[in-house]
Amino acid sequence: MEQLAGWGNFPVTEANLVRPERLRDLVPVGDSVIARGLGRSYGDAALNSSGTTVLTTKLDRFVEFDATTGLVRAEAGLSLGALLKAMVPRGWFVPVTPGTQNCTLGGCLAADVHGKNHHRDGTFSRHVTKATLVLASGETRVLNQSDPLFWATAGGMGLTGIIREVELQLIPVETAYMQVKHVKSPDLDTTIELLTDPAHDAQYTVAWIDCLASGASLGRGVFMAGDHAPKSAVPLNREDPLRLKMKNTKPFPIDLPGFALNPFTIKLFNAAYNSFQGRRGEFLSPYPSFFYPLDGIDQWNRMYGKRGFVQYQFVLPAATAQIAMREVLRRFSEARRASFLAVLKRFGAQGPGLLSFPTEGLTLSLDIPMSSGILEFLDGMDAFVRNHGGRIYLAKDSRMGPEMLRAGYPRLDEFCEVRRLVDPAGRFSSDLSRRLKLCP
Amino acid sequence: MQWAEAGYPIYLLGRDTDELQRISTDLELRCGVKVWHKQFDSNEHTGHAALVREIADQAGAIEGFLIALGYMGDQSTSETDVAECEKVLGTNFVDVAVLCHACASHLESLETGWIAVLSSVAGDRGRMSNYVYGSAKGGLSVFLQGLRSRLQKSGVHVLTVKPGPVDTSMTFGMSKLPLLCPPEKVASDIVRAVAKRKDVLYTPGPWRLIMFILRSVPERLFKKTSL
Ligand SMILES: Cc1cc2nc3c(=O)[nH]c(=O)nc-3n(C[C@H](O)[C@H](O)[C@H](O)COP(=O)(O)OP(=O)(O)OC[C@H]3O[C@@H](n4cnc5c(N)ncnc54)[C@H](O)[C@@H]3O)c2cc1C
Ligand SMILES: NC(=O)c1ccc[n+]([C@@H]2O[C@H](COP(=O)([O-])OP(=O)(O)OC[C@H]3O[C@@H](n4cnc5c(N)ncnc54)[C@H](OP(=O)(O)O)[C@@H]3O)[C@@H](O)[C@H]2O)c1
Repeated sequence: MEQLAGWGNFPVTEANLVRPERLRDLVPVGDSVIARGLGRSYGDAALNSSGTTVLTTKLDRFVEFDATTGLVRAEAGLSLGALLKAMVPRGWFVPVTPGTQNCTLGGCLAADVHGKNHHRDGTFSRHVTKATLVLASGETRVLNQSDPLFWATAGGMGLTGIIREVELQLIPVETAYMQVKHVKSPDLDTTIELLTDPAHDAQYTVAWIDCLASGASLGRGVFMAGDHAPKSAVPLNREDPLRLKMKNTKPFPIDLPGFALNPFTIKLFNAAYNSFQGRRGEFLSPYPSFFYPLDGIDQWNRMYGKRGFVQYQFVLPAATAQIAMREVLRRFSEARRASFLAVLKRFGAQGPGLLSFPTEGLTLSLDIPMSSGILEFLDGMDAFVRNHGGRIYLAKDSRMGPEMLRAGYPRLDEFCEVRRLVDPAGRFSSDLSRRLKLCP
Repeated sequence: MQWAEAGYPIYLLGRDTDELQRISTDLELRCGVKVWHKQFDSNEHTGHAALVREIADQAGAIEGFLIALGYMGDQSTSETDVAECEKVLGTNFVDVAVLCHACASHLESLETGWIAVLSSVAGDRGRMSNYVYGSAKGGLSVFLQGLRSRLQKSGVHVLTVKPGPVDTSMTFGMSKLPLLCPPEKVASDIVRAVAKRKDVLYTPGPWRLIMFILRSVPERLFKKTSL
């Protein structure tokens, strides 16, 4: 038995872990089992206090790669970081990436992750051509996009089975660099306009928001846009534009005590981040600094101390987003609850994943340190989000209730129907699925 | 893997051919080097010399051998079960020693190359909780001292690797091991030690001091510890 938590260090539970080393041993064990990759989901999605948690991280091998088409097949425990390390020098990049490369292919498919290019390229699953799934019966099935089980597995948070292999279509790149543009925005309307105006569009767009700003500067921040840099944009003196010198990450030393996180220190941090990230104009950036600024500090989550934090991420439909987002930000700013990171992003059209999070509109995510009263505060926020047609991201969630899930995910019944066919006894289950009474 | 990344072709031996196949494919795709593999059980003591020749015929001149096989078994089972005790002693000591000799004769005739062998800090002092495995590793370390001395005339280098607890399947699930180290760290230390022709590598480094202290405790006191 070991203590285990998600990236938010909340909640913490006892875990019975197994870590198979051979592919044939990646199978369900016991009556209740859930797969776990690199544990970068924030809440209880990869926790199973009433059964077994199967770590996939040792099953991380490349299986097939076609250098002419960029189609790659690998075991589900392979991290995006390792994939990029091998593939970028050959001119290929992952089609969709979350804000960390320390996550596995299995975790990316199970959460159907999105990146800064969602408005153009959709979620991760769109680019997955095949996935091998180990079912509750122990039987293995190869799924493609015409299979309903594929769309229950994409975004299904490990509750349909254990993903063993993923076949992914990579995208070609000419260099390992990004052409980046930062624009400072004085207020929310400008920030949203920057995210939606075609004149500012790029393959990757996102805005960072200072969520402590209030009044006229509510929603101020930095809009960041990027495209993969073509060869012509990279100075000739860089030897091979597809190769970067890898920097080591610095571990975050210790859990900081809770008092280090009062609104004042947060404000300082925000200001520092602002001047560091808020470089003006256009510049060239190595891909890790553009996509994974936080990965440079190993275990940065520990700066929130032992009590941990919640990452609150929701999406609001385009129709209500602008007005409702203002109200949400106002509440957070007023309550001084949120911290360092508030990220605003525009989503494109919804994909076919039955429980996939992204729907067309605007999504905001904020880190919220645990403190007394915080859960009640967020319940109030849930009610607001629900009333405005929004939903919460399961990969980030650790606290919402079953009603909020039901209201936000109208295709839940379809998901449960597909799941019932392959796992009638609910063998695949997690602390998240029990908290949300997912398929009763 | 770090050798493959540096561009060296690799020849893998092990019992599980499915896994050897997967590891080979992975290394080839990741690192763009040629990787061969063949089924091998160290309990089978005949045919090592022929196997080494076969490897050299297939893969070309062999630069070095890494021997990383071992079996920890269970101390309390070994105390009562003769077969288990023989398996632990046999795999960690006899099997490895015999294999080392086959590698040694091959390199000796070439007058170049290296042999790196995984021993353990457990072999530096007998402890009640792990002395069967520990004694096999201790025997192995002594064997390697002698072999090193024998081979140094012919320019062949022998590295004894003594890791502390490493986060592998051997230790997974054991509660609260001190200073559990990622295998990648052990790997990079080995690569560096081979390049520098070190004799004995403690990895991670602090184990050199820890074992020095543990070895210095008089037996009269040490026997009363429950380590
Ligand atoms: C700094 C940071 C930035 C992030 N940015 C984004 C972002 O921009 N967009 C986004 O979408 N997400 C983002 N995330 C969330 C993260 O991408 C997802 O939580 C992802 O699932 C993590 O992958 P993992 O391997 O760590 O999975 P885990 O956290 O270990 O597991 C996540 C879920 O996947 C399931 N799972 C894992 N492996 C398998 C498998 N082999 N078979 C079946 N089920 C499996 C688990 O059961 C669990 O339900 C971010 C997280 C961090 C820490
Ligand atoms: N983990 C630690 O804390 C630690 C500490 C100090 C030293 N070491 C030593 O480091 C080495 C590697 O161990 P590990 O931690 O990687 O342990 P492991 O995961 O248990 O690996 C043991 C390896 O030995 C091989 N092996 C066992 N018996 C064999 C046999 N009869 N024939 C052929 N191969 C055999 C296994 O190969 P198959 O694929 O064929 O099973 C496996 O690859 C061992 O010598 C171990 O004693 C480990």
